[in-house]
Amino acid sequence: MSDNNNGVTAETVKKIARLSRLHVQEDRLAHLADEMNGILAWIEQLGEVDVEGVEPMTSAVEMPAPMRADVITDGGVRDKVLANAPKSEAGYFVVPRSVE
Amino acid sequence: MTDLTALTLEAALAGLKAKNFSSVEITKAHIDACMEGADLNAFITTDFENALVAAKASDAKLAKGEGGALEGAPLGIKDLFCTEGVKTTAGSKILGAFKPQYECTVTANMKQDGMVMLGKLNLDEFAMGSSNETSAFGSVVNPWKPEGKNDEELVPGGSSGGSASAVAANMCLGATATDTGGSIRQPASFTGTVGIKPTYGRCSRWGIVAFASSLDQAGPITRTVKDSAIMLQSMAGYDPKDSTSINKELPDFSVACDRSIKGLRIGIPKEYTIDGMPGEIDDLWQQGIEWLKDAGAEIVPVSLPHTKYALPAYYIVAPAECSSNLARYDGMRYGVRVDGEDLNDTYEMTRAAGFGKEVRRRIMIGTYVLSAGYYDAYYLQAQKVRSRIAEDFTNAWETCDALLTPTCPSAAFPIGRPVNDPVQMYLNDIFTVTANLAGLPGISVPAALDKDGLPLGLQIIGRALDEETVFAAGAALEKAAGFTAKPKKWWV
Repeated sequence: MSDNNNGVTAETVKKIARLSRLHVQEDRLAHLADEMNGILAWIEQLGEVDVEGVEPMTSAVEMPAPMRADVITDGGVRDKVLANAPKSEAGYFVVPRSVE
Repeated sequence: MTDLTALTLEAALAGLKAKNFSSVEITKAHIDACMEGADLNAFITTDFENALVAAKASDAKLAKGEGGALEGAPLGIKDLFCTEGVKTTAGSKILGAFKPQYECTVTANMKQDGMVMLGKLNLDEFAMGSSNETSAFGSVVNPWKPEGKNDEELVPGGSSGGSASAVAANMCLGATATDTGGSIRQPASFTGTVGIKPTYGRCSRWGIVAFASSLDQAGPITRTVKDSAIMLQSMAGYDPKDSTSINKELPDFSVACDRSIKGLRIGIPKEYTIDGMPGEIDDLWQQGIEWLKDAGAEIVPVSLPHTKYALPAYYIVAPAECSSNLARYDGMRYGVRVDGEDLNDTYEMTRAAGFGKEVRRRIMIGTYVLSAGYYDAYYLQAQKVRSRIAEDFTNAWETCDALLTPTCPSAAFPIGRPVNDPVQMYLNDIFTVTANLAGLPGISVPAALDKDGLPLGLQIIGRALDEETVFAAGAALEKAAGFTAKPKKWWV
């Protein structure tokens, strides 16, 4: 079933998982591909709707984005910001090395 | 002495004001009820100690004849609302022991009005689910049982399952909830309670854990329509911290509940019926039509031709926004971190361990529909279909003032019912999701029991910003239905 018309294959799932930063075990890929194909097959029906000249709806309320003065309204709360950190030291977040 | 947990919020507030009982007394009664009901698993975190401190402070205010609109009333908060100093989980493992250092606007409003918070209520993980079975803290049990099947446990609906269950079991006078595709109204229907999702933008989303930002909206679950009006009045209001918050004066929702619906035009959308829907739900819908007619409303047939496309559109828009919103859970600044071989591996291991199956599924779908080469075919198409769905409503409002529909295509179902196909679970939201896509207010009111003795709700959907009509029609349904059934108290 993994190669139906939506074409989500184990390889696609691997790529999507990577983009999603989700670790997926090799032996789960085929099953997830089936599942995604099932959901996407159901979603395909949207193609039937005539959307000629229709603007995409991007907001549930019709209003312009509100503007505010560009001034500092918050800050100076370092310890609060760090309060829930998995690792912190000397007032900083501690994160894994990101540049080799 | 009267059972203080059986009071409506309205009656409790009146009793507190009249000093018939104190906030400490009514809070203690609810704490006992919460402890008795522990097996329902409605709460993730209780905070009884602070509740009693708040109750004492309320009593001091009430003694001086002061106090806000919710002064001294013990309420529950869905664990998606960030509460300062009280663990907030969103029903997920990934947040670990996260304690917000700030208070979300909705609960800040309620605390300002004197609420006593009993604790944080269980929910589907990140509010993604229709049965409360995706919570990392276990399923919530519906206090209702099918007649003659005492060993069967039912879901309370979702995602606000803890809120619905706690209110139905008299563990709190009312509870906050959120609704992205039906998560207030569907659990209300499953538990014989009232739930309203207001117009998008009425309640500030600031400090509420985000799922799908263009659809998420907070609202109350209570035992009466008037109670929902009282709670929403406190929860809602303009907040500059949410750029989609509506800057309009709030009408008096309680007054609207007493408004006559004489001459009101109620639309009946012919598309709100699905194959395999129990006949009882159709019968109840017909009964609802009669009730509103008897109350003086005019019934108008209407058509919302794009209804069947609402769920598939939702299952593109919501996962897309979810995949973007949930990108922040990377194990760096808060929550749980699982160390991997390098930074990317750490991200991947953290997120795979922290998120449950349904959340991972939706993140992947969302990432897929937003990925290069698929964006136009899926996401853009869905946003255009969303415009069509909103347009259907705009057209309907030319001939009617509000719509009457069933809330859900079924009553509550058993916990653990095998779901081979995720789409089958998604169908729960078929009648509720349209209001989210169009940003409209919708209320579910308990209307009858089915053949198994389980509650069924009817839904009223109104124009944007016209909660008043929704409350008026909801109150008319409530009055006509005279729904007084309560679940048998088997959990004590």
